[in-house]
Amino acid sequence: MLTSMTFIIALYIFMLAAFTGYVVISRVPSILHTPLMSGSNFIHGIVVVGALTALFSATNVMEQVVGFLGVLLGAGNVMGGYVVTDRMLAMFRPSTKKPAQAATDKKTAS
Amino acid sequence: MTAIEYIVGLSGLLVSALFIYGLKGMSSPVTAVKGIVTAGWGMAFVVAVCFLQAFEVPEDVLPHLPVNLGLAVLALALGGLWAGWRGRTVEMTAMPQMVALYNGMGGGSAAAVAAIALMKHDGGTPLHLGVTVTGALIGCISLTGSLIAWAKLDGRMPNPIRFSGQKVFNGIVFIVTLALGLMTVVTQVQGTPGGDLFALLFFAGALLFGICMTAPIGGADMPVVISLYNTFTGLAVGLEGYVMSNPALMIAGMVVGAAGTLLTLLMAKAMNRSLSNVLFSNFGATSAQAAAGPHGEMKSVDPGDAATTMRYASSVIIIPGYGLAVAQAQQKLYEFVKMLQASGVDVKFAIHPVAGRMPGHMNVLLAEAGVPYDMIYDMDDINDSFATTDVALVIGANDVVNPSARTDKSSPIYGMPILNADQAKQVFVIKRGQGTGYSGVQNPLFFAKNTSMVFGDAQAVLSKMVETLKSLGTN
Repeated sequence: MLTSMTFIIALYIFMLAAFTGYVVISRVPSILHTPLMSGSNFIHGIVVVGALTALFSATNVMEQVVGFLGVLLGAGNVMGGYVVTDRMLAMFRPSTKKPAQAATDKKTAS
Repeated sequence: MTAIEYIVGLSGLLVSALFIYGLKGMSSPVTAVKGIVTAGWGMAFVVAVCFLQAFEVPEDVLPHLPVNLGLAVLALALGGLWAGWRGRTVEMTAMPQMVALYNGMGGGSAAAVAAIALMKHDGGTPLHLGVTVTGALIGCISLTGSLIAWAKLDGRMPNPIRFSGQKVFNGIVFIVTLALGLMTVVTQVQGTPGGDLFALLFFAGALLFGICMTAPIGGADMPVVISLYNTFTGLAVGLEGYVMSNPALMIAGMVVGAAGTLLTLLMAKAMNRSLSNVLFSNFGATSAQAAAGPHGEMKSVDPGDAATTMRYASSVIIIPGYGLAVAQAQQKLYEFVKMLQASGVDVKFAIHPVAGRMPGHMNVLLAEAGVPYDMIYDMDDINDSFATTDVALVIGANDVVNPSARTDKSSPIYGMPILNADQAKQVFVIKRGQGTGYSGVQNPLFFAKNTSMVFGDAQAVLSKMVETLKSLGTN
């Protein structure tokens, strides 16, 4: 009973997350679609947390090897996704010397 | 629940909120940087908190814990440093394959999580195991599929790779893999020996299928494929989140899954292809016979004359294509644009959704050259303006301005949304030679009365144009 209940709750979580993703992303202008893709790429890098949890509980060499690979790949996903997204977004600038520019400067400085 | 379980659980909740907040920031270039930085801190925090779990491992793990912790730190350092270094140094033109590579790594990580869950033999319900195996399948496909996409875009392997009976072969690989996955679940549930062998073969099959599925797809379709595998990894992460009872993974994975689905469909639509058409048809091979197309004279014009015309025009719309980036001419183009602006010309950039090698790629390449984003317009926003524009300047683009997409039902690109460059009073096309675009379709725009071709390398042509403007002065 307990497991079937958790599975139902999981479906609720999936449904809500899917709608959230759809709504949030459909507002992103196409000009930012490449950073969006690498940014969402970065976000699914949270799988590294799952890989870490799995590696911590490893009890034999095989599990340690697979866990190590999982964390290695996950860490690459996180770090790479973050760095390229940050690099690309930093390049997007509005036309110079407009009031909007000052606002952007303030935001990026903080 | 113990205190540490509470802390880990709450940190997952916090990071899920930060991720959604960060993605929401991407709805404007002004807030996007802050959004990704916020999400970045969230990720750093949740990874750090994750280490608290080391205090609560079961008895049987304790002897292995020092090694496990050491391996964890080493893997984080190696993976993070390598990817961070590559991410800092990669050329913006190579961004699509880099994103594919990072994405494949995420898929591999999800598959590794599933593999460990299966190795633990914790029993679990058939449902639980089914989700584990499904996540593993999707993660494995994403890993090897992304690697193939990376290799193709990076020019490391010939593409596309096709042979007769390929679809049947791929279908068999897929069905066998599914059967192996089912056997893995069954043997695990019943506790029969030999289950590990099934699991091993299942993983091999899933990895192989990722390769088979991607190999026949041509380079021009890779944007859709990268986006699709991004979706796959998201789903795999979401499913493994369920397996590990970690709602943060479930939420992050599913948000990305939904986002990726949306992007994939947008991308396919902009290319006038259905997703199944991209995945299962051999585009390019079929369209060669269409290359005959219209005949007639192409008029060619000297770069200096074209530049002079634009200098005295009141409005110019520039349509850059990937050919611009291949010629490394974005900087030169922006220099030319700034000089036109100084002379009072109204200059805009029109970007087709499939310009570049992934959605939005051309925007990044222009941003790198310093072009402000408020000069850049989407196809839908600018298409009505061409009719009232003096000059349309097409650089390194071809199919996205091909008018036969509107009229010629026999054309392979019929129905694809295009930029209405042909409606401008004067059209200049900078092009290396007289060849066709990737679809192999001849472009009637090049033969139109109001079109003049400027033949030559984009970099060289633009340099000449800049020189001409310099000699004309700014008034």
